[in-house]
Amino acid sequence: MGEKVFMKGNEALGEAAVRSGCRLFFGYPITPASELAEYMAYRLPQVGGVFIQAESEVAASNMIYGAGAAGKYAMTASSSPGISLMQEAISYMAGAEVPAVIINLIRGGPGLGDIQPAQSDYFQAVKGGGHGDYRNLVYAPSTLQEAVDIMPLLFQNAFKYRMLAMMVVDGLVGQMMEAVEFKYDIDPDSIPVPDWALSGKKMHGGTKNVNTSLELDPNKLAAHNFKLFEKYQKVYENERMFEAFELEESDIDVMIVAYGTAARIIKTAVKNLRAKGYKVGLFRPITLWPFPDKELKEYAQKTEHVLTVEMSMGQLIEDVKLSIFDPNKKYHLMPYPGGIVPTPKEVEDKVIEILKGGAK
Amino acid sequence: MGNLQVVYEVPKIYTGPNHYCPGCFHGIIHRVIAEILQEEGWDDISIGIAPVGCAVLAYDYIDIDWFEAPHGRACANATGIKWAWPDRLVFTYQGDGDAASIGFAETSYAAIRGVNITTIMVNNAVYGMTGGQMAPTTLVGMKTTTSPYGRDPKYAGYPLKMAEHIAQFEGTALSVRVSAFDPQHVLDMKKWIRKAFQYQMEGKGYTFIEVVSTCPTNWRMDPVKAAEFVKNEMIKVYPLGVYKDVGDEKKEG
Ligand SMILES: Cc1ncc(C[n+]2csc(CCOP(=O)(O)OP(=O)(O)O)c2C)c(N)n1
Ligand code: SF4
Repeated sequence: MGEKVFMKGNEALGEAAVRSGCRLFFGYPITPASELAEYMAYRLPQVGGVFIQAESEVAASNMIYGAGAAGKYAMTASSSPGISLMQEAISYMAGAEVPAVIINLIRGGPGLGDIQPAQSDYFQAVKGGGHGDYRNLVYAPSTLQEAVDIMPLLFQNAFKYRMLAMMVVDGLVGQMMEAVEFKYDIDPDSIPVPDWALSGKKMHGGTKNVNTSLELDPNKLAAHNFKLFEKYQKVYENERMFEAFELEESDIDVMIVAYGTAARIIKTAVKNLRAKGYKVGLFRPITLWPFPDKELKEYAQKTEHVLTVEMSMGQLIEDVKLSIFDPNKKYHLMPYPGGIVPTPKEVEDKVIEILKGGAK
Repeated sequence: MGNLQVVYEVPKIYTGPNHYCPGCFHGIIHRVIAEILQEEGWDDISIGIAPVGCAVLAYDYIDIDWFEAPHGRACANATGIKWAWPDRLVFTYQGDGDAASIGFAETSYAAIRGVNITTIMVNNAVYGMTGGQMAPTTLVGMKTTTSPYGRDPKYAGYPLKMAEHIAQFEGTALSVRVSAFDPQHVLDMKKWIRKAFQYQMEGKGYTFIEVVSTCPTNWRMDPVKAAEFVKNEMIKVYPLGVYKDVGDEKKEG
């Protein structure tokens, strides 16, 4: 406990899941997520867990769907094309209120795209890539340490709210070697089996449990949807996470909004700009859903210029604008699609350009 | 009355009434499964996986834990459930469209991987629930709503024989094709489903039971004609029998 170890990102994510109490992993290889599956294949048998290489991401996601309905912590990890194949199970899990954890190490798209770090699955993750009205918990840590620190929360909240918790990180986080510290090691036997779990009648008082996403009566299905949205409202109220970096002053020249690796890079830009006397800060959503909209709006009061930097083509900025909901602000976008990572210098130049009045 | 013995009783865990059409075998197969689970005392530790198809509401008819799967994914869901609870009895109940078309990969891989679960696949040669479209099991020349001139191998290929397909895998412990068109065959079906569950409880591997069945509604036949069609036509293409049995039991039809 508490030791700092030098690990590859994907392996650290796997170890974090194991220490969160997860003993079931179902996966299918894809760059840049494969090492996570490889690590679980190596690690889980050592702790009495099970690793299954599925025949596809369709199958892998349906396996965690089954395991989650059976009341156990289960996880899969993939990258963008694989996550697209999981949308069926994701929608069904939302309908049937089945908890599980999915990690998306996003790569450049659309289509086969490339294998470079990206954030272009933002809409898919937060707006629902599958059919129907539903939400997922979506966490977007910006460092490996943060990803490791919040991993138990993903499992715990998935089970607390009976919904899918997704972690989205760009491929870079999985590939980087970094020192990480594990501050927890949860015994899976200490995790109670929920009373709704499919585990055989004798485990829950002899009355059968049924897990289904089917409801043929439209009135009942409507009621179910309202119930789900009450739950999502609770999640919205309780689970919004963000970081405000260098946003203390009452007036800020430019507020940058970014998450994940982009945010990590922008912190460097903010420090450099501050050294030159610019009052610049970063608002970093940690949960993409629920989106920290109230907080973003509040911080936006301090500034005229809001610059969104995202490794996608204008997805995050939609939520930024919706949150702030003020046509008098000046919104700027630096899109980095296709697997390109921003540099601090580019962001610094952009901020200076904005303040010179040269930017739209 | 006191000395009268109960010869047959509907099992307590078989709950109805069900929604199946008259002459459909789904109800009979459900009842047989319920009988076995009750007789063996497995109902307390069983988890069934219902399909998308006419049996989508199977969870209303047998009093055990149930999971309702997406179309075709039952074996993947069952794999997740089984590894969560390896000592439970886990079975999928699926139509032929579900298990052998959209779920062909998931079903095959349960066998390839030797997942210790049981699949009961109901082969009625059509997609019943959606109104009688062509299934992978539709007979050559058979008219369905998507093969109005009869199944034409030029476009649709040939009937898929799942019991034979599943038998080829080393992970398969039992692959049997049975039917239910007369009482003798119902008894035989019961024997093999029981054996499949037994093998599962003994950890022998994947077990697969294909039931050659009816769809009087979409075949546009009355129940008697439909049962005769199974006996006289379906079974020619889908011969009943044991295609694999690791328990080395004598083969029988
Ligand atoms: C992804 C998806 N595609 C299509 C359907 C529509 N659908 C429902 S049941 C079914 C076929 C069922 O046929 P079968 O598995 O043979 O079972 P039966 O109804 O004959 O018992 C289809 C295509 C669906 N529910 N989901
Ligand atoms: S439509 Fe066919 S398969 Fe479905 S219940 Fe009726 S007879 Fe049975």
